Amino acid sequence: MMDWFGFLFLIEVTIGGLLSGVMYALVAIGFVLIYKTSGVLNFAQGAMVLFAALTFVSLVEAGVPFVFALIISAAIMVALGFAIERTVLRPLANRSPMTLFMATLGLSYIIEGAAQIIWGTEVHRLDLGISNAPFQVAGVFISTFDLVAAAIAGVLVASLTAFFRWTRTGLAFRAVADDQFAALAVGLRLDRTWATVWAAAGIVALVAGLLWGARLGVQFSLSLIVLKALPVLVLGGFDSVLGAIVAGLAIGATEKLAEVYLGPFVGGGIEGWFAYVVALLVLLIRPSGLFGQKLVERF
Amino acid sequence: MTSAVLRRIAPARAVPTTLHPAYALALSRISLSFGGIHALREVSFQVAEGEIRAVIGPNGAGKSSVLNVISGLYQADSGSLVLGAQVFEHVSPQALANLGVARTFQNLALFPSLSVAANIAAGLTFQRKAWAISQVFRLPNARAENRTIADQVAEIAARLNLTPHLDRTVSTLSYGLQKRVELARALVARPKLLLLDEPMAGMTATEKAEMAGYIRAARDTTGLSVILIEHDIGVVMGLSDRVAVLDYGSKIADGTSAEVQRDPGVIRAYLGQEAA
Amino acid sequence: MSAIVDTPPQTQNYLRHWPLVAVLLAAFIGVPAFAPVYVLEAILLPFLALALAGVGLNLLTGYGGQVSLGSAAFMAVGAFAAYNIQLRLALALPVTILLSALTAATVGLIFGLPSLRLRGFYLAVSTLAAQFFVQWALTKFGWFSNYSPSGVISAPGLTLFGYSLDSTTSRYLLALTLVTLITLGVWAFTNGPLGNDLIAIRDNETAAQIIGVPVLKTKLVAFAVSSAIIGVAGFLWAFTYLRTVEPAGFDLDRSFDILFIIIIGGLATLRGAFLGAGLIVVFPLLLSRLSALAFGGMIDSGVLELVQRIILGSLIIAFLIVEPNGLAAILDRVKRGFARTF
Repeated sequence: MMDWFGFLFLIEVTIGGLLSGVMYALVAIGFVLIYKTSGVLNFAQGAMVLFAALTFVSLVEAGVPFVFALIISAAIMVALGFAIERTVLRPLANRSPMTLFMATLGLSYIIEGAAQIIWGTEVHRLDLGISNAPFQVAGVFISTFDLVAAAIAGVLVASLTAFFRWTRTGLAFRAVADDQFAALAVGLRLDRTWATVWAAAGIVALVAGLLWGARLGVQFSLSLIVLKALPVLVLGGFDSVLGAIVAGLAIGATEKLAEVYLGPFVGGGIEGWFAYVVALLVLLIRPSGLFGQKLVERF
Repeated sequence: MTSAVLRRIAPARAVPTTLHPAYALALSRISLSFGGIHALREVSFQVAEGEIRAVIGPNGAGKSSVLNVISGLYQADSGSLVLGAQVFEHVSPQALANLGVARTFQNLALFPSLSVAANIAAGLTFQRKAWAISQVFRLPNARAENRTIADQVAEIAARLNLTPHLDRTVSTLSYGLQKRVELARALVARPKLLLLDEPMAGMTATEKAEMAGYIRAARDTTGLSVILIEHDIGVVMGLSDRVAVLDYGSKIADGTSAEVQRDPGVIRAYLGQEAA
Repeated sequence: MSAIVDTPPQTQNYLRHWPLVAVLLAAFIGVPAFAPVYVLEAILLPFLALALAGVGLNLLTGYGGQVSLGSAAFMAVGAFAAYNIQLRLALALPVTILLSALTAATVGLIFGLPSLRLRGFYLAVSTLAAQFFVQWALTKFGWFSNYSPSGVISAPGLTLFGYSLDSTTSRYLLALTLVTLITLGVWAFTNGPLGNDLIAIRDNETAAQIIGVPVLKTKLVAFAVSSAIIGVAGFLWAFTYLRTVEPAGFDLDRSFDILFIIIIGGLATLRGAFLGAGLIVVFPLLLSRLSALAFGGMIDSGVLELVQRIILGSLIIAFLIVEPNGLAAILDRVKRGFARTF
């Protein structure tokens, strides 16, 4: 049915999809960080990715050396995180998750608008010094860039996991994620924890922004593309880093495969909505996603 | 108008002093576990018609789980239920109203944005027959239906002394009043079986006495059966006909309040080894 | 006010609603007589379409508590359905509008099915599926736009009982009539036991289920009716205001616009949709006028749009923090203050 080349091609597409899935997972992890600790679904995560990428790219284009630009961008994202906690989260502290979600919608508008006013709306090329040359493994072409991106993402996830497991702040995150009132009762500073979490999400956004930006160019549609992380969250559960990774890979792979194999029948462009429909279908069968915790409601 | 409504209520009858042979509800060896936790272990018990049955026990004994299994919020792992004339392995929550079962919740399950009247009226939604279109165009059959429901709401509100509060939004009421509204919402549907999950929690002594009065009055006028979970032993003993005691998911005693109070197993469960 | 108590005698009823009657009189008679065409074309027509979309979404999100991020998709369905029905079936206008509403309702039902099992964020994400899929389908399959090469169709003229409805005034009156009728219908719906059912499900779905509220049916009806109304709003947007039908105009930003309308206007209120729509329509115009005055037209429209975005986002956050019940609550306070001084 499928000849050897066809099979190789299938593997290539799958691997390519998996690798872009890694990138989705990266954005999704930013969501998970914030959701786990504050129950807020941060719709503005995509805007933060765009903002981070634009900051970095503009600094580099202005002549700032790579490493300094990186540090400054990271600092700016941290400051942004603190600012968001102060101006948006604290006033809305006891409100429903839906209210906070809608606030992040507003936030995404603000960040996107500000990013483009400050740095303009043109597409920027972003060169991270990672070559995009494909190399061959057993007859299958793999992009070097994608591989390096996956490695970087892996390092990030590993460091985050280590951070959560072994540092005090990480422990505080987990406590707050588990039970805000209990954490308060033990004396943990919620506002500081949240500010740190948003700052961490900002750093994750920076890494994601750089990788995505190098892949696609830094432009406004970046924030739309990273919206794709939402179906990833839905599949993997909003509060699971592992789920985000597995779901990201799954979505990345199936999306690519669908585009390549099903796309021609319907004129292409499936990638825009396929992930969402897949998430929808999975939800119909498992309303809490593949990895999401089934809430046991106490009546 | 009111007398016509009153005539529809079953005539008051004396509380049976011996157990009536017909059961309103019978649980047969119900078991339920969550992960490794056995919430209920082979619990069996019966509720006779017109009986007020209390379920008591230390915290975590599984009392709410019994109510949740009966109301279909939890699915039992094994065992069965007889409700009225039908046997169930699992009850579906949507079927409760038509089976004549109504309940209140431990943590109040009212609709905070709606008025007291609307909350109580919601208890009769399952009886509505007029179509949406009739409601939108205020056709006569819809208006008649609304009037009947309004009358029933007014009547139950009068019996529970809620009339002055009918137009208030529920979220503005005191906790005790809210609990009463929840009771009214359960009673307006004229259930045959009433499940009450700690209806007096957080109330003052006076409020508790009033609440007990309302429950007893409801049983006396309509002959409904009640399963009552309550921590205040004084209230329980005074109000209920029979008491079942649960501990760690098993039933350890079942009988009249006097019998249960003397049972050594019960004393042990509540007060520890030494007191027995 | 208790929803199920019989309404008081008729005369008292009318007197109470005199401000509304006054507004309607002004809208139906005053505006066409005195308002300049510019106001009708640029402000009132989009206002009416967006307000109707807000009324529709509010039914689902405000009263029903089900967040939908895909409302623009249903506007698109309404607009394209009307276009195709008129093109291929050439039916009378009222029938066309009804059929497009039904089409939108059907699509709404399909994408609303997940809401039976999902809540909160999961539902919101699934509505995005509707948004992206519908936009893609309408763009991809040329049949919908009658294979027009540019993908943009100019909306054919409307006729009612032989009268052409091309003039601004007639389009305005058509929109106004539809919006008034539908809003009245929604008012009747929400101001009665059905509305209470919806709110009950929003406030505590489990309790509603147990007392016998038909949860599944009510949710689906809410999705269907809401989508139908939003579909008609899409028809108005394309046929009375823009006079073109294209998928690009019904993108995610448009969905957010409608959501913002009901948040800023006031969730679960009818007047909120109108107040919010008014703000969303008037605000960009005000902003460009202001910038022209202050900066003499030096700021280009692209930048203005971005500034608009920022201000809109800030308004959302500000309203959520300070006045979560939106402009409707502010209006109520103003009315009470007024009543007190007189």
